[in-house]
Amino acid sequence: MSLSTLRRIGYMVLIPTLAVFSALLLGAIVMWIFGDDPLAAYRGLWTGAFGSPRAWSTTIRKMTPLILTGLSVAVAFKAGLFNIGASGQFLIGSVCSVAVGVNFEGLPAFVHLPLALLAGVAGGVAWGFIPGVLKVFTGAHEVIVTIMLNYVASLFAAWTVYAGGTQGQTPGPLWDRTAGAISRTPEVFMSARLPWIVPEPYRIHWGVAIALLMALIMWWIIFKTTLGFSTRTVGANSKAARYAGINVRWITILTMMIAGGLAGMAGAIETLGLNHRFAPEFTGGVGFQGITVALLGQTNPIGVVLAAFLLGALEAGAARMQFDSGVAADIIQVIQALVLAFVAAPLIIRQIYRIRKPSDQIEATVVSTGWGR
Amino acid sequence: MSTSPTPPVLEARHITKVFPGVIANEDVNLVLHKGEILALLGENGAGKSTLMNIIFGLYHPTHGEILVNGKPVAMKSPRDAIALGIGMVHQHFQLVPVMTVTDNIMLGDESVKNGLLDRRAVAERIRALSQKYGLEVDPDAIVEDLPVGVRQRVEILKALYRNAKILILDEPTAVLTPQEIEGLFEVMETLRRQGESIIFITHKLKEVLRIADRIMVLRNGRVVGEADPKTATQQQLASMMVGREVILTVDKGPAHPGETVLEVEGLCATSDLGEPALRNVSFQVRAGEILGVAGVQGNGQTELVEVITGLRRADAGHVRIKGVDMTNASPRRITHEGRSSHVPEDRHAYGMVDSYTVADNLVLNQYYLPPFAKGVTIQEVAIAAHARELVKKFDVRTPSIYTPGGSLSGGNQQKMVVAREFSRPIQLLIAAQPTRGIDVGSIEFIHNQIIAKRDEGVAVLLVSAELDEIMALSDRIAVMYKGEIIDVVDRADATREGLGLLMAGVKREPVR
Repeated sequence: MSLSTLRRIGYMVLIPTLAVFSALLLGAIVMWIFGDDPLAAYRGLWTGAFGSPRAWSTTIRKMTPLILTGLSVAVAFKAGLFNIGASGQFLIGSVCSVAVGVNFEGLPAFVHLPLALLAGVAGGVAWGFIPGVLKVFTGAHEVIVTIMLNYVASLFAAWTVYAGGTQGQTPGPLWDRTAGAISRTPEVFMSARLPWIVPEPYRIHWGVAIALLMALIMWWIIFKTTLGFSTRTVGANSKAARYAGINVRWITILTMMIAGGLAGMAGAIETLGLNHRFAPEFTGGVGFQGITVALLGQTNPIGVVLAAFLLGALEAGAARMQFDSGVAADIIQVIQALVLAFVAAPLIIRQIYRIRKPSDQIEATVVSTGWGR
Repeated sequence: MSTSPTPPVLEARHITKVFPGVIANEDVNLVLHKGEILALLGENGAGKSTLMNIIFGLYHPTHGEILVNGKPVAMKSPRDAIALGIGMVHQHFQLVPVMTVTDNIMLGDESVKNGLLDRRAVAERIRALSQKYGLEVDPDAIVEDLPVGVRQRVEILKALYRNAKILILDEPTAVLTPQEIEGLFEVMETLRRQGESIIFITHKLKEVLRIADRIMVLRNGRVVGEADPKTATQQQLASMMVGREVILTVDKGPAHPGETVLEVEGLCATSDLGEPALRNVSFQVRAGEILGVAGVQGNGQTELVEVITGLRRADAGHVRIKGVDMTNASPRRITHEGRSSHVPEDRHAYGMVDSYTVADNLVLNQYYLPPFAKGVTIQEVAIAAHARELVKKFDVRTPSIYTPGGSLSGGNQQKMVVAREFSRPIQLLIAAQPTRGIDVGSIEFIHNQIIAKRDEGVAVLLVSAELDEIMALSDRIAVMYKGEIIDVVDRADATREGLGLLMAGVKREPVR
């Protein structure tokens, strides 16, 4: 590994690290202004995330879907696309996997589980395909379309589990008939559940292995295959991509489908591994957090894993922090938002810490490329 | 002038600027007198821009000092330089396209009356300045509606508006048509008469001899000499710039045209603005000949190349390569099946990916083919080997094959594109503005490569706005005017005057 490669990696790590550090610092100042004790809060956060085997398991559990939604957003960035729709794709993935999971009783697990997972992925792919196709053939911007589709997905998901009304409104097709007035699906059959790696009380399921595997596969596709080369070229310079004979339209659609599929897989894994059912209170929030994860991870799949781990830890420690220090767990949302602000605007970090941009920096993450055309 | 007791308006003493790993300027001395045009000549990467950026306060010299009117000055930013009466017109204009000339000129130095912008007063001053210096501009025009030459005048006015007494013009002719260049020179002469001092940065020898009072040549960050335009020749200047003898005229034997390779018939296409850009264009290029397409820029040459290479749709007509219909075929099919190469006119937009390494840029349109790909996987070892070979063969000066292409100098970027396009077995070469904005040494190299391709039996379509280049390389010359091929002449029968008339749309009388 050459010196310049090392310098480049160092730079890639430096900005996110400082962004997190600055966000924590600023979060501490906010707590201090409101009369809370930031040190106690962060001690609680640490205990909640890493203080015990139980804490570690929570961190890993929270990290799992974030890896996949982070990958979803990161992959789209590579093609110059801004996927704000991971949230909707996640929900559709959830609902589709439940639809398979609560049906087909008696199927053996080695058929039922993959089928349910695939259904979730397929739902996400479809949800990514729509903005891709609309962008290519009508010029509709993917940011607008994916935001709209988030609403569609969330309303559609709620409808599928709707319990029906007192005036005789029809319940949704996936509604659990035994639940009375509660809107939710039945639990998926055992044969469609992701098994535990570490069972109760730690509840770590095989989804984490799938997510890590997907990160490796995505890294390989992006950096080691011709498809990845095409995708990165489209993202870096779509005119040069056309000149080079790359089918820019197809790459755009395909990338959105892959991005959708990854977020859909996150929904399926969260459902089949952990919740075992779908209910409207399961939101696609991890889809939005995927944006933070992707940017914090510098749109690199390996970086995404690290970023997801960090955000997972923040999520995991929040409850303990509130319990130990009395600081509202909501401060974690503030810190996450600050992290996003700092990584999305690296100039701020560079100015504060007086970091010079290396002259031979490769493939800077430019969020705005998605807006440029 | 040197005997004048008044100190020079600008003096740079022993300027050295060191960047990590590079000495950009080494012990450079520069003197500029009042009412003088000093030409700063040098190849890309010779240190001209660094020196100017130091004088304009963008960089701080590692050693040395700057004196304005005999007094040492310490500039922290361009703001200080402007306050000292130094103005700079950058090669890439610093204008806001959607704003008016007035707004652009006062931007950053706005006149305010009662808390509101006082556009009228500004416009008045602009008119006064326009008149004084012969810089005709409508203050109310929107910048994006103006031709490039006029935009440049706006840039000059912007500097004069800030009371600049010293003007730095960075490669001002690179973007201009021959007529606009003449207009600029007239403006420069007026400025000189009015007592302005000008530093004129360029690498075009003919222009230097035409306009400069004194010439200073930079090479590798050092001053290699001064020359007097009255006595110097282009040949001498070129040798000083490059550091060795340069052959300015291209040495080429007669063409031996073979069968027709590229055939264009009745081609029509539309520009980005929705206007007809090509009207019924027909021509043929045969193996082993160079067809030059001349014309003032914006007469359809860009669209012609784009249609032939598959980047723009043809509305009517046909493109055939070796008899195979390639009209509206995909760029990949035209490159691959048509065995063609394309050096695009805008290398940053089309020819390369700035953030990609030199190695990746060198396989930009072959990365999916063996040996660079095996199945779906990229073969990094083969790509690196290919890059090392081409970098050496085409003399691309880069610290490493893993350096991002965007950080190379313009000439080396173009060599990189040429290396990629010329190293494949091809039957058709389409070269659009192959030497735009690059230095003499690289131009010579690329010209020789084009001739070599011709002699190998490749059909070459050369599009260039430089009439000299067309004259030097072509075997036949087609002139485009308003989207039409107005005439095709044999190189032997072509004269500058005749081509100039055709470029202006004047068709010659049929020979009796």
